[in-house]
Amino acid sequence: MEYEILGLPVWYYLAMVAKVLVVFVWVLLTVAYATYAERKIIGHMQVRLGPMRTGWHGLLQPIADGLKLFFKEEIIPAQASTFAFLVAPLIALVPAFISFAVIPFGSTITIGDCKIPLQIAAYADKAGTVIDVNVGVLYILALSSLGVYGIVLAGWSSNSKYSLLGGLRASAQMISYELAAGLALITVFMVSGSLSLQRIVADQAGFGWYAWRNPFLFVAFIIFFICSLAEINRTPFDLPEAETELVSGFCTEYSSMKYAMFFMAEYANMITVCAMTVTLFLGGWHGPFTDALPILSPFYFIAKVYTLIFTCMWIRATYPRYRYDQLMGLGWKFFLPITLVLIVGNGLWISVVGAGNWLGTLFA
Amino acid sequence: MFNNVASPLINGLKITFAHLFKKPVTLQYPTERPVIGPRFRGLHALNRFHDRSKCVACYLCPTVCPAKCITVEAAEDPITHDKYATRYDIDLLRCIFCGYCVEACPVDAVKMTGNFELANYKREDFNYTQEKLTDKQ
Repeated sequence: MEYEILGLPVWYYLAMVAKVLVVFVWVLLTVAYATYAERKIIGHMQVRLGPMRTGWHGLLQPIADGLKLFFKEEIIPAQASTFAFLVAPLIALVPAFISFAVIPFGSTITIGDCKIPLQIAAYADKAGTVIDVNVGVLYILALSSLGVYGIVLAGWSSNSKYSLLGGLRASAQMISYELAAGLALITVFMVSGSLSLQRIVADQAGFGWYAWRNPFLFVAFIIFFICSLAEINRTPFDLPEAETELVSGFCTEYSSMKYAMFFMAEYANMITVCAMTVTLFLGGWHGPFTDALPILSPFYFIAKVYTLIFTCMWIRATYPRYRYDQLMGLGWKFFLPITLVLIVGNGLWISVVGAGNWLGTLFA
Repeated sequence: MFNNVASPLINGLKITFAHLFKKPVTLQYPTERPVIGPRFRGLHALNRFHDRSKCVACYLCPTVCPAKCITVEAAEDPITHDKYATRYDIDLLRCIFCGYCVEACPVDAVKMTGNFELANYKREDFNYTQEKLTDKQ
């Protein structure tokens, strides 16, 4: 087993492929069953049952939906810009999935004498130090901004006024809320002092989750989560596909698998955003007994992510859609100033109280 | 500030969360059947008296019918000299299920049942003749 490829042992590559497969399959399954869970949860919140017929309690519904969309007719509008029209769903889908490359979904597990960090773009060197992408957060921010290109291109290339308006709204909304989300993230970097997600998670060990390090970080957590909802066009910020005004927004002209790709991108984005929030604010994979049993850590991570996904659905079941000017006003006049205040407040807190896990030491 | 902005939002979340645990009101229709009230106005039926329907062809029901969906033709029984209906048709596509025919009937011949599943494939199938309407024994 001492063969080396490009200076790295063979098991490193095997572990990498295994990690990619596991994470990709998990994300795909979660995407499929998030649609089911959403319909069920919203159904029950509206005192309905949700899907019940396809399989036991409708459990086969996502598969039936997928099959149906797969066999639907592919329609490309005659006046559409064909190449952009075909490429747009891919541009929306791919960034949603590959954001997961840098998210640490578990601690480092040891198989034999191989240390495998449960994060795709990471490896442990001979000394056992985990090395990952040192600008992981920037990578995710970059990819999440890239995802909106798919929506804008879809809106433009469809050559339909509804699609175009949807695309325009998506880009304007993205720019407005990315600002507030980015500024909310700065409070995290002020405490962690690193952009590497591995380090950020390691810093939150022992229940020193950033969300309750200090009051400013807690507000930053709330604001980041809300802004993320706006960035991925979830209700109550789903104006790019506001069906009461824009038919189906940017995906009005899409059918069949291309529509399914937008749909998957939407849910994959939701998972990414929830995973990101968990990693940055809710301690990542940390939980009780993860030091003794590292294999538990992915389960804590998944549990936390699913809780946040449930919250997304809960929010969707509760709030009506914002009006467009209210949405812009909320982003620019409310969240942006507040995040600036948070940065100053967080800086003062760190210099007076310190960046440490004071709550943890209080209970310890 | 907090009371104006955040508390309605939080209250909304509380309400939806509480509803999550309520018993759903959904009726799983084809498998679960709805409770039909005794005075439900569904498909018509003609009560039977011996070998034919009770109808005496008095023409009160086609007269009172606001949708003009009932067609009655009368005849005389050669033996008993009773008046009876040779034809009693209800065009269900015109019927508004108001129940006036039942109220008007002096001999309790026409009634309404709990049958509400009246979908069909052909227009002709919605023309309910006396034969189809008369209670089977």
